[in-house]
Amino acid sequence: MAEDKKILVRIKRQAGPDQPSRWEEFSLQWRPHMNVIACLIDIAETPVTRSGQKTTPVSYEANCLEEVCGACAMVINGRSRQACSALVDQLEQPIQLEPLSKFPLVRDLAVDRSKMFYNLKRMRCWVPVDGTYAIGPGPRISPERQQVAYWLSRCIMCGNCLEVCPKVNENSDFVGAAILNQVRLFNMHPTGQLHAHERLQAVRGIGGVQDCDNAQNCVKACPKNIPLTESNNDVNRQAIRDALIGWIFR
Amino acid sequence: MSQSRVILIGGGLAGLMATIRVAEMGRAVDLFSVVPVRRSHSVCAQGGINAAKDLKGEGDSTWQHFDDTVYGGDFLQNQGPVKRMCDAAPGIIDLLDRMGVTFNRTAEGLLDFRRFGGTLFNRTAFAGATTGQQLLYALDEQVRLFEAEGKVRKLEGWMFVSAVMDETGTCRGVCAVNLRTCQVKTFPADAVIVATGGLGSIFRQSTNSVACTGSAQSALFQQGVHYANAEMIQVHPTAIPGEDKCRLISESVRGEGGRVWVPKTVGDKRDPRSIPENERFYFLEEWYPKYGNLVPRDVATRAIHKVVFEEGLGIDGKAVVFLDVTHLPREMLTRKLGGVLEIYEKFVGLDPRDHPMKVFPAQHYTMGGLWIDNEKQATNLPGIFAAGECEYQYHGANRLGANSLLSCIYGGMIAGQAAVQYTKGLESGAEAVSSAVFEGEGKRQEEIYERLRTQEGPENPITIWKEMGETMTQHVTVIRYNKGLEAADAKLAELQDRYQRINLADTDRWGNQSLHFTRELGNMLVLARLITQGALLRDESRGAHYKPEFPERDDENWLHTSRAAYENGKFKFQLDPVDTSLIPPRKRNYKS
Repeated sequence: MAEDKKILVRIKRQAGPDQPSRWEEFSLQWRPHMNVIACLIDIAETPVTRSGQKTTPVSYEANCLEEVCGACAMVINGRSRQACSALVDQLEQPIQLEPLSKFPLVRDLAVDRSKMFYNLKRMRCWVPVDGTYAIGPGPRISPERQQVAYWLSRCIMCGNCLEVCPKVNENSDFVGAAILNQVRLFNMHPTGQLHAHERLQAVRGIGGVQDCDNAQNCVKACPKNIPLTESNNDVNRQAIRDALIGWIFR
Repeated sequence: MSQSRVILIGGGLAGLMATIRVAEMGRAVDLFSVVPVRRSHSVCAQGGINAAKDLKGEGDSTWQHFDDTVYGGDFLQNQGPVKRMCDAAPGIIDLLDRMGVTFNRTAEGLLDFRRFGGTLFNRTAFAGATTGQQLLYALDEQVRLFEAEGKVRKLEGWMFVSAVMDETGTCRGVCAVNLRTCQVKTFPADAVIVATGGLGSIFRQSTNSVACTGSAQSALFQQGVHYANAEMIQVHPTAIPGEDKCRLISESVRGEGGRVWVPKTVGDKRDPRSIPENERFYFLEEWYPKYGNLVPRDVATRAIHKVVFEEGLGIDGKAVVFLDVTHLPREMLTRKLGGVLEIYEKFVGLDPRDHPMKVFPAQHYTMGGLWIDNEKQATNLPGIFAAGECEYQYHGANRLGANSLLSCIYGGMIAGQAAVQYTKGLESGAEAVSSAVFEGEGKRQEEIYERLRTQEGPENPITIWKEMGETMTQHVTVIRYNKGLEAADAKLAELQDRYQRINLADTDRWGNQSLHFTRELGNMLVLARLITQGALLRDESRGAHYKPEFPERDDENWLHTSRAAYENGKFKFQLDPVDTSLIPPRKRNYKS
């Protein structure tokens, strides 16, 4: 009977960064439209493993539950994705949950992604305004350009593109596709464009665009379908142009 | 004072805007957020932000915007601040434009505007159907620049637990806990701005994010900050029903021509697309010919409730109605509503371009919040300011769609400025206050945490949270009966008692999510009771607050802000006059 249907979830547990890891299995009551987050809430309510052992609730990050905040990225059945949009009915069982591997572990499924925000600072990802006082509207922008820019601006900083990128690893400072995409976005804006040179200088620095080897895993992993390989290539072109002949136009 | 700092609690739109203003005015900022600020709940806002820029040749004006807002709020707002907000709105949009928000554009390259609920004018600027995301990111980026310049220190992953008050009753800083390490620490500041958003978690069936617990507001209330119009809770008419979350389907869907309907035949088994027009009941259009599908939210929600529960016309007898966009051009839907339709498709599995969406009302916003004065966003405790959804100022008894993004940013600007002015007026700063004051508060909070961590009993925090949500949704949302409210308050009191016997399965200090959730749960229960008792007190119907036992608005007795103070574990309510000097109250009737 559907009412008795159980879901089997296997989770990699680790109490802290320097602690040993172990796998735990949970048998949960199926309900319609469940996602992986609902499974984790069930475990928090009844933290007992399949074999009847008492355990602790699983640590994980989540906020919006509708794939717009980027918080709940994890590896589900071997694939890096958001947990809120991972619907149980679409997943093979046992559902296996692991933390992202390219970021320092905090606990269980929670990792520290602050390096992405640090790199946004390094790559000067903002449009500087003179002040919040009123000096009239911003520059005119065509609807076509807005459509392209808007699409790129939907990046939720989930980190999935970094997780799947072979050039993001312990031996590399590569900032990753998400950051390069932001550079492209800010260079597209009329005011942002005024400062493209400093962004492109930064992006030619450590961990910058030259580290991209075109593995093209990023674009497949992006939950927002952002054309990341296009952005990587575009920023690469801009960076080279700026280095070679940018001085003529400044 | 060279060391003068301002603390910001909350990094959503209101918190970030206040941060920018404070940093711009030269004060150092410590910005606290439980999540990385870019993941704040503001990111979920979809439809747009209002400003009467009148770029559609309609003869719109900031006065009209003001009137729509006050009428929409059923005249419960103090009007001065609302007028100033509407007057400031065009300048705010311009600022966001300059910051690079990817607003939709017209052929002339200017900002595009659409229609929204409770108005007949196109004054809502939008970025697809994910406007909150683009606005939040723009402010996040501005703050990052200040961070790079050393003017802002971000403390992400820290949760506010209490304000540090000195013996004169002045706020001198905050006490916060690190969510990862469980370290409890006090932070001195000359002013504190609270921008901690909504409280949907109290209702559980809500469009809000997980972090929206209202815990910070509740903690401050328990320390003496007054709370106003707690009973004014907005239930949004169109959300995808769900156990873990009710996912919002923006009002902008109706703004672009989406239509709400149910089949006239109960239990009609046909594919909805094959049901002919004359067999569809477009109830909002029939009952409200002037505003149609864009009546304000409280009106739309009650209409849906009536159709489903009184007339028994819910689809397949269930509590759902159709929100239909299948008749609209596909290209336009993608360009203007893409993000919202994507959510429906991802979580329900059907493309709204081909299938009418099934939706139902869900708790969404609180008009009520921390009481603040009319000029400075200042609470009744010196040194504490509030901005955004967590304060009560701008929306009265019902908020118009696309006014929240505006009130958050406007309120943030005012609060930031006022907080800095306040710090300039202080005789002495936080650094002159005895360290015993800070140590005392830190110790008090540590003891609370230690008690929670080690207490024993049979109760689980998630179970108590679920029961609280069920009670609140059943008795304290769309339709309120005094008996139901009394029953809800009694249930909440029982939950407060059971709370003392929660046993945390996890007593670790590192990354212990359930410990911090449980800390918040105690505060949520207090706030839930405040909302319930506020609703019990107000014996009239106004805006979103509807009591069939008192179905009319009663200005003579109830044109008042219901303002609550916490005294010895009980709530003391007073009724404050409302300033309606600019627009005299008139009957609120969207039928004509």
